[in-house]
Amino acid sequence: MLYALKIATRYLTASKAQTALLVLGVAVGVFIFIFMSALIGGLAQFILSRTVGDIAHVTIQAEAADPALLLPADGVLLVTQKSNLRAAELRNTDGFLPLIAALPGVRAISPQINGSGFLTRGAQAVQISINGIEPGLESAIINLDGYLVAGSARLAAGSVLLGQTLADDMDLRLGQTVRMTSTTGIDTVLTVTGLYQIGSGGPDRRTAYISLGTARTLFAMPQGVTRIEIKLDDINTADAMALRIAALTGLDAKSWTDGAEQLMQALSAQAQTGYFLKTFALITIVIGVASALLLSTYRRRPEIGIMRAMGAGRGFVVFVFVTQGALVGLLGGLSGAALGYLALLPFPSRDAFRAGTLPIDITQGSYGLAILLTVIGAILASILPARSAARVDPVTAIGQ
Amino acid sequence: MTALLAVRDLVKTFGTGDTETRVLRHLNLELQAGEMAALLGPSGSGKSTLLTILGTLMQPTSGSHTMLGVDLVAAGDRALTTFRNLHIGFVFQFHNLLPDFTALENVIFPTAVREGRETANARARGRELLVRMGLADRVDFPSANLSGGQKQRVAVARALMNRPELVLADEPTGNLDRASALQVMELIGEINREEGTTFLISTHDEKIAAFCRRQIVVGDGVVTG
Repeated sequence: MLYALKIATRYLTASKAQTALLVLGVAVGVFIFIFMSALIGGLAQFILSRTVGDIAHVTIQAEAADPALLLPADGVLLVTQKSNLRAAELRNTDGFLPLIAALPGVRAISPQINGSGFLTRGAQAVQISINGIEPGLESAIINLDGYLVAGSARLAAGSVLLGQTLADDMDLRLGQTVRMTSTTGIDTVLTVTGLYQIGSGGPDRRTAYISLGTARTLFAMPQGVTRIEIKLDDINTADAMALRIAALTGLDAKSWTDGAEQLMQALSAQAQTGYFLKTFALITIVIGVASALLLSTYRRRPEIGIMRAMGAGRGFVVFVFVTQGALVGLLGGLSGAALGYLALLPFPSRDAFRAGTLPIDITQGSYGLAILLTVIGAILASILPARSAARVDPVTAIGQ
Repeated sequence: MTALLAVRDLVKTFGTGDTETRVLRHLNLELQAGEMAALLGPSGSGKSTLLTILGTLMQPTSGSHTMLGVDLVAAGDRALTTFRNLHIGFVFQFHNLLPDFTALENVIFPTAVREGRETANARARGRELLVRMGLADRVDFPSANLSGGQKQRVAVARALMNRPELVLADEPTGNLDRASALQVMELIGEINREEGTTFLISTHDEKIAAFCRRQIVVGDGVVTG
């Protein structure tokens, strides 16, 4: 059908201004599609990074064992309470940690010992949450390096990282010492080696990071961990990955989406809005192409009649007009995608979103999809005019 | 000579009921291969309708129509399209060239549309026809820029492109000045003599009809002479 392609191209180039306007109209539709994709995608990315960017995407936590049943003695009821002084323990982590780390899509894995305790300095005492993490993995889950305001994020035996607000409350400075006491009653003296500021009240005021070794001493856990936190390349795969890890290890792996239904609903609603806007952009393209080709069909009725008289079949005529639609879609799609990309270039990258800027993610422009959908839409839009052209009665058309 | 085409009891009506108009009334006609015939008759006599049916662009209401032994009444649209492309050429009163194409592109259209592309052979044949039509210097001219006589000669060349057995010409000189009209008719006569192509030419003009060896007169939907 090379010849039909030639005729379609000739028809388009014969009316350059009209074709240029048509392509421009399609390009604007594609531009809107791409801009909306980048905006909605960027916004979702921004919201996710601000809400769940610093949490584990999948968490493995040991299930707390129920207290042992005590047999009742005659006339006496023996009761034992569930302890919350010490978290349940995951033993034998060495066996499955490499397995999880080797899974495709796993970016980082951080075994931790978490618990509660107190920081005391002189007459001051503050209740805190204690996170014991492996030295070298300080920024595996929460980006402590990024939030650091003083000192170093590297943890060592006897060192502690504190939130700036907590340090201010206790009038602590870098290099000073502080006593940390765990809920097991064990205490140790630590040196403040780093201060961070996440910008969130809780972590800045109530959390302390120590090395895993120090945490083992404080919580009397010579082996095992209380929690394993896992970061993924794609946050959206967390549900599937949690199931996979649970199946692989038999452990209780939970996705970050557990308990985040409201956030997920908000993101879903936002995505739906984006789909609507993009659909409207596509509908505009389809209507534009269809109406332009219908006009072209009407204008070229005598020529279509001549072609039919000279032996062009209906299929040939359909192909000529559908090819025109496809070419307009392709040109408009490519131009719109190029325009969209150029327009998005000045916006900050997804890693540089700051408050006050429009969170547009140039990588989420859906360029290929926009071009593909535009070409498909333009082809579909051209079918009606093409069929109308193929039905032209040569006798009537030639007589016009 | 052998019969190239024959129509028997050809009837064509338009409309239904009170608005029904019968244009052809049991018309019979036979054309021999190599003939050059003029189709004469007053306006409304059915000449154009007859040409349209003979050109397979319209089906009769009843009657038979055969050409080269093929029953063209029974044939479907696809078969008629192919048959028309291979065996019938058209020359219209208003040339009806494709305005966005050059003279050569117009001429080779019937071959290109069949083969799906413009082959070197088709281009050579088209060029040869244009030279024969005296348009050697207009081969790559946009057809919209040609004069009326030149356009009609391009249309004749296009009609001959696929070496059809039959060329149907509906008032081919009706829109031309006398000199151009005579030039076109001389070319048609020359091709008829040299290549044996059958021509059926509808005309009001006695001088144009005089170029043809046979005159067929149509009146009130039948052949009267």
